[in-house]
Amino acid sequence: MELLLIFIIGLLHASGIYMLLRRSMFKMIIGLILLGNGVNMLIFLLGKLTKGHPPVIEDGAKIFTEIYADPLPQALILTAIVIGFGLQSFAIILIKRVYQVLKTDDLDELNSTDEEI
Amino acid sequence: MKSIIFRTSSKYLLPILLIFSVFILLRGHYLPGGGFVGGLMAALAFILHSFAFGLEETKNIIKIHPGFLMPMGLVFALIAGLAPWIYQEPFMTGLWYGEPLRMIGMVGTALLFDIGVYFVVIGSVLTVMFSIREII
Amino acid sequence: MILAVLLGFIFAIGTPLWRRILFKTFPYLYSAVPVLLFIYFVSKLPEINGSNFLIETNSWIPQLGIDLNFRLDGLSMLFSLMITGIGSLVFIYTSYYLKGHNYLDRFYAYLSMFMASMLGVVLSDNLITLFIFWELTSISSFFLIGFNNEEESSRKSALTALGITGLGGLFMLVAFIWIGAISGTYSLTEMMSQPEVLKNSSAYFWIIILIFIGAFTKSAQFPFHFWLPGAMKAPTPVSTYLHSATMVKAGIFLLARFTPILGDSPEWNWTLTIIGAVTMTYAAVHSLFRTDLKSILAYSTISALGILVFLIGLGTEGALLAAALFILTHALYKAALFLITGIIDHETGTREILQLSGLKTKMMPVAIAGYIAALSSAGLPFLLGFLSKEAMYDATLQLPTAAGLLTFLVVLTKICLLVAGLWAGFKPFSGKISEASISAKMPSPKLWIPTILLGCLSLAFGIFPGLIDKTLILPVLNSIAGYEADTYLAIWHGFNLALGLSILTLVLGTLLFIYWKPSPGKIKAIERYASLSPENLVNVLGKGFQAFAEKWTSFFQNGYLRNYVITILLFLSIMVGYRLFSGVVIYLDWNQISEITTSEFVVVFLMVTSIFFVVFSKSRTAAIVALGVIGFSNCLFFLYYSAPDLAMTQFSIDTLTVLLFMLVLFKLPLNKTFSSVPIRIRDAVISLFFGALIAILALEVFEESSIREVSDYYADNAYILAKGRNVVNVILVDFRGFDTMVETAVLVIAAIGVFSLMYLNLNPEKKD
Repeated sequence: MELLLIFIIGLLHASGIYMLLRRSMFKMIIGLILLGNGVNMLIFLLGKLTKGHPPVIEDGAKIFTEIYADPLPQALILTAIVIGFGLQSFAIILIKRVYQVLKTDDLDELNSTDEEI
Repeated sequence: MKSIIFRTSSKYLLPILLIFSVFILLRGHYLPGGGFVGGLMAALAFILHSFAFGLEETKNIIKIHPGFLMPMGLVFALIAGLAPWIYQEPFMTGLWYGEPLRMIGMVGTALLFDIGVYFVVIGSVLTVMFSIREII
Repeated sequence: MILAVLLGFIFAIGTPLWRRILFKTFPYLYSAVPVLLFIYFVSKLPEINGSNFLIETNSWIPQLGIDLNFRLDGLSMLFSLMITGIGSLVFIYTSYYLKGHNYLDRFYAYLSMFMASMLGVVLSDNLITLFIFWELTSISSFFLIGFNNEEESSRKSALTALGITGLGGLFMLVAFIWIGAISGTYSLTEMMSQPEVLKNSSAYFWIIILIFIGAFTKSAQFPFHFWLPGAMKAPTPVSTYLHSATMVKAGIFLLARFTPILGDSPEWNWTLTIIGAVTMTYAAVHSLFRTDLKSILAYSTISALGILVFLIGLGTEGALLAAALFILTHALYKAALFLITGIIDHETGTREILQLSGLKTKMMPVAIAGYIAALSSAGLPFLLGFLSKEAMYDATLQLPTAAGLLTFLVVLTKICLLVAGLWAGFKPFSGKISEASISAKMPSPKLWIPTILLGCLSLAFGIFPGLIDKTLILPVLNSIAGYEADTYLAIWHGFNLALGLSILTLVLGTLLFIYWKPSPGKIKAIERYASLSPENLVNVLGKGFQAFAEKWTSFFQNGYLRNYVITILLFLSIMVGYRLFSGVVIYLDWNQISEITTSEFVVVFLMVTSIFFVVFSKSRTAAIVALGVIGFSNCLFFLYYSAPDLAMTQFSIDTLTVLLFMLVLFKLPLNKTFSSVPIRIRDAVISLFFGALIAILALEVFEESSIREVSDYYADNAYILAKGRNVVNVILVDFRGFDTMVETAVLVIAAIGVFSLMYLNLNPEKKD
């Protein structure tokens, strides 16, 4: 299964980068999101996969008695997801506003916007 | 989007989802859940409601501008962090009050902190979504 | 002592607060600060005779070995007295010189900040603190030199001065850190007790070179001297303060301070002697060709600084005595000459030496002060200049090697300086009154009393050397030399070779003064060599660097985001790829791999299809939905592999993202393809390459046995310390709570950003 996940991670990175390199701003944001997903998966995978043992201590026990999933990458990813949302929403609004003002989705037409606004 | 079924169901969904989100928030220290998820759920509940009844209606329910929830949450978190100073402990040391309560468990600064996160998340998500809805 | 150092800063910071209330009614209060400090230091004078010194410790950052310790010994006493004493005079002088200036209060704020930084430099016992104050002098002098900030030349010379001295300061910092690493302390006092540690270390040569660069840039030594004449653009009080007594002497101070620690080695002595000798003769000859009063003074100052470096370099007891004496002498007469120049400029409106003469009928007190200063610089008997000149000649004559050559150079320099001094202090006042001088009026006492005071001191110390030899000069000598020296000053040393040289200097100098007239033609003649000057070289170097930077920047920073991304990715891929290719064997441990269940396979399949859909779909809505599917599949993975918190969060966020996209992107134009096919293929190759690299890296890291120390700590203590069972949540709100707090702040910032972007009216013509 890990091999498949690694394949997916590679694919997510590749497609994210490819979309990031496009001239359309919309595609760029899609790329950003794909890349974010890929990175989250990568961190998750590096914490080793464990099935059916969430990092929650059993009722009554004070420490883990059996194997448990690594909680640290999970904590990292959790904040990364939320912060990622902040970033995405900001980026989405930004292109929306740019489009409202300049009527274009093409990054290359944004090279000299200072005077035109 | 404004079918009668959707409207009726979201009318009852809002309180249920809100209570659920508080439940998720409070149990976070013991079982999966917590401030981030709880906040997101509460925000989703409001957004759902706004789709059904329109933005104005939802705003009337919340009463205050959702933006004010953000500083409020930050202040909660900050208080939770600063409280140990009263007992001459370092910043962010966990403090606990008495015996565990039913459902909630131990009450302490960590819970207050999580509540802060909860409000910040609701505030910022709603600010983003509402301002977009308003302009577009 | 800490209050004495910080008083100037407090005063400067508070200027906006009290300028309206206090200084409108009591304008003299400005000068109270330096006067009080001067009195304070004079009162400490009896405590530091011999080689005693006072030390005051204040802890600042003890973990890094940085503290605010202050050391008041003979050397720092002499400098503190000069800084506060001449400071007082300059403060008083300025109150009239810049009377009615719009930014007078600002000027005073800079001036007192500068004074405080200078005091910090000379009093610090800690090298790092010394460096901080040193840089503060550079910064405050930048403001002072560029005080007339409407003039371009003024700004430019301020920038040059800051660049040169600041750069030197950085070199010095390297030396200081190195010293700290070798000797294990930043305290000067501790270093003085164990000088051999540094002298025997292998880095000794580099340390002294770096210290020299710091000192030479500050003290305008060849080849860094050119910022000083430029800095004459500053108002005259600034030139007086910075360029006669204080800032330029900071370099000298540094060298003197380090003499007991690093000095007395061939490298130290010869470098200083040679650089000092070159600077003093070069600048002295240069000063003869100038016609602007301030220029003359600037070059003669450089030359005087050269003499000081030279004397410290000689390092014999006699030379160090001469240096100690000359620091004081030079401060007294040069400050007077600068102030007088300011008066002349103020009253006649010109500083051209050729147009000025006969001013003594107009301003007698100033003329007297000018004569005294000029004669002290010439080294006439009964003036302080005489004592220092005698000491100098004595020192060079007694050298074991090259005594003849070095003495000749000193005599030559002294002759030129004598002429320069006479030009500045004698020529404007004597002779027939000239046209430019005719309209001059008697200046206010606030202007001329400081000059007379300085003259009186030169005279008093010259006639009664007993006033200073045991109380001031001997402690200075002790702290420079690092051992108990015993010497005395006397006017009359008997007939000896030094006296003969003195007389020779006087005669030749006077003859030269009478027969040599600087003129525009002669200036032109030497300007032909200007292209070879260090100043020009630095300019050429700077221009070349700028051109290179422009080329470089326009190549890499071409304004296309994707080109940046490609550059970064290619670099990364090639570096990492090469490493993987050359040194890493990829292997697979099948035991670590878990089997694939049907449900997982379905999710993977769904995900791969969605990714292709996102990339190749023409329809925007389809792409967004596919993106949602990727997110939800992700969420399922989290669920399969024991991360319920993540699954919940990812689920909510994904819902929100899709909603957001749908809300916003309805109104955007249809998807268009902008790039041509070859570019798309190129991008595809790059991104596939990168993706493959990441996959291989992931595989590699995955195969390594992971270190779970941190995770295990959190897991084991989650319930015991933080009373929580959900470890992920405990990490978020307790163990790493501070991080989470900052992250929520980031979220708030993003929300505010969105909010303001949405309500920001980008089109001012259209009001909505």
